[in-house]
Amino acid sequence: MDEILNIKKWYLENFEIFQNSLNGESTRPINQLRKDAILKFSELSFPTIKDEEWKYTNISPLLKHYFKPAAANHSIEKSKIDQFKFDALQGFLAVFINGIFAPDLSELENFPRGAVISSLDEAIDSSHPAVKKYFNKYADYERHIFTSLNTAFTKDGAFIYIPDGKIVEEPIHILFIASSNGEKILSQPRNLFSIGKNSQVKILEHFVSLDEGIYFTNSVSEISAGENAIVSHVKLQEESKKAFHIHRIEVEQERSSNFSSHSISFGGNISRNDLNVRFNGEGGESTLNGLYLTGGEQLYDTHTLIDHAKPHCTSHEHYKGILDNKSRGVFNGKVMVRKDAQKTNAFQENNNIILSAEALVNTKPQLEIFADDVKCTHGATIGQLDMDSMFYLKSRGIGAENARAILIHAFASDVIKTIPLEPIKNYAESILTEKFNKQFQQ
Amino acid sequence: MLEIKNLHVSIEGKEILKGINLKINKGEVHAIMGPNGSGKSTLAQVLAGREDYEITKGEVTFQGMNLLEMSPEDRARAGFFLAFQYPVEIPGVSNTNLLKTALNEIRKAKGEENLDAMEFLSLIKEKMKLVEMDQSLLSRAVNESFSGGEKKRNEIFQMAVLNPKLAVLDETDSGLDIDALKIVANGVNKLKSKDNSIIVVTHYQRLLNYIIPDYVHVLYKGKIIKSGTKELALELEDRGYDWIRENSGELAVSK
Repeated sequence: MDEILNIKKWYLENFEIFQNSLNGESTRPINQLRKDAILKFSELSFPTIKDEEWKYTNISPLLKHYFKPAAANHSIEKSKIDQFKFDALQGFLAVFINGIFAPDLSELENFPRGAVISSLDEAIDSSHPAVKKYFNKYADYERHIFTSLNTAFTKDGAFIYIPDGKIVEEPIHILFIASSNGEKILSQPRNLFSIGKNSQVKILEHFVSLDEGIYFTNSVSEISAGENAIVSHVKLQEESKKAFHIHRIEVEQERSSNFSSHSISFGGNISRNDLNVRFNGEGGESTLNGLYLTGGEQLYDTHTLIDHAKPHCTSHEHYKGILDNKSRGVFNGKVMVRKDAQKTNAFQENNNIILSAEALVNTKPQLEIFADDVKCTHGATIGQLDMDSMFYLKSRGIGAENARAILIHAFASDVIKTIPLEPIKNYAESILTEKFNKQFQQ
Repeated sequence: MLEIKNLHVSIEGKEILKGINLKINKGEVHAIMGPNGSGKSTLAQVLAGREDYEITKGEVTFQGMNLLEMSPEDRARAGFFLAFQYPVEIPGVSNTNLLKTALNEIRKAKGEENLDAMEFLSLIKEKMKLVEMDQSLLSRAVNESFSGGEKKRNEIFQMAVLNPKLAVLDETDSGLDIDALKIVANGVNKLKSKDNSIIVVTHYQRLLNYIIPDYVHVLYKGKIIKSGTKELALELEDRGYDWIRENSGELAVSK
């Protein structure tokens, strides 16, 4: 208990240091929000397994470390980031080191006129109207302690603003690089994506690490999809296997908008994802797909909430997990259909494959329906590789290892093939190939 | 090619095969017939290496090797092939991918180089013609939402590509209409040579009009109770199985 109090004290002290570093900036209106958030942080408790929302995810290992908020003056060589880029992904690149924007490493030339991509810091600085309108609107720091921690230290992160009627064809690759150098860094990118009416954009949030260090990424992304907008969001989480990763993504969809989320997760010691989507108008469509691959003693947790607050909306959610060794997976997917949300169409499925005797999954698909004219299905499975398929492949001369690799690929394929960015699709395939069989060629 | 001696097989303590003896030489076609539940499919599965069965007695040599000690994949690499009675659907794995991996593993086991993309493509195109298979089935997932006929044809297509020494066709005719049956039989006949052997496991005589066997064996209650030439199949068609049961000293069970 004392330990946890000390950890809290540690972050409160660091808030003071952070405040002092702000100088003139501290007089801006945003600073009041930071102060409100740190107050909430001091009041809220860290979740334990007694909290329903954290029942299977014990974060006490995270609370054993004193993570230090990242400093701005950290630079890395440009050549070091090449390994994280995708040659085939022709588009824009925004690089963040420990959550802090690195313009010299980014490639943002020729960004479409009228649209903005910058650090959140800059957007706040220039009092961008989208910041005023959407920042802190969806992520609730008053209830979630990690969101309050993130909000209190609001400084940097990715800001994307696409005005009405703008189609940005090239994808935007946001690269969050952890460079801990043996230090226990706290990286807290705060992202805001405001996508206007009739606009289209593809955004990749990509979390990587330069070293296999112990650090903590505590990120929040708020996304507003305007009327009839098409927003494709891909998250690729490749943190260090010793890192802690907590990420809250809040999405609000206006009338007839189409939002898709693909979350591909390989890294982290403990990773917790909260993904909440709310329909704020009729005719919206949402796709939430995910693939998690865990090994060692990794713990992966995803909580999603799809809030059908308006009628005539469609949601489709499919998460798949492949768990090896002593790793653990948690999936909690809630679909809420409110009283007025007639003609809702909601599909939800979570499938898991357990490759070892010690791996474990807790899955809980939940439907809460208050309307009477809706079509909703949900389901969850946990199993092993199909022995009939295995025998069939072997009977064709395919060895046990290759047969296993083929079946794992096959299991993951229906999620992978829906990833809207071809290079990420191929990359996810190659990760599976590398992990399960080096010789196997797709 | 294959010699089965006094093979006894059980599943969950229940004896299914009760002393099978069978010898198959290079270039021969054998038919194994019998009523439902006689152990035909068990024999096919055991030969392919299915692990659910317990072999309590007997031995099987395949090209001089102890077949029962080999893994399913090693049997396939040594030239054994089973056309499944119920081909398995494998969503997410394309037919092409399965064949390429299988072919290259078999080639590797023989010390041969992998086929390059062009060689592979021309091989499968040639073999597809044998079973008149539609090219679109290649890129589709293995057997997924294939019709019954397409699945059986796909088995024979795989056999054509993998070019086994000994193929066991487990009720490949069941569920096929006469046109599909002719296509499948025709494909098998083209694959038949003096160097390979085929075992046709079937419930009906019909397929044997098209694939002419050198020998016919009747399997009943886990034993081969009669062997003969192709005329035996015709006789079975006419008279059913009862007369053999009586002749073999079995008491005919009235149904």
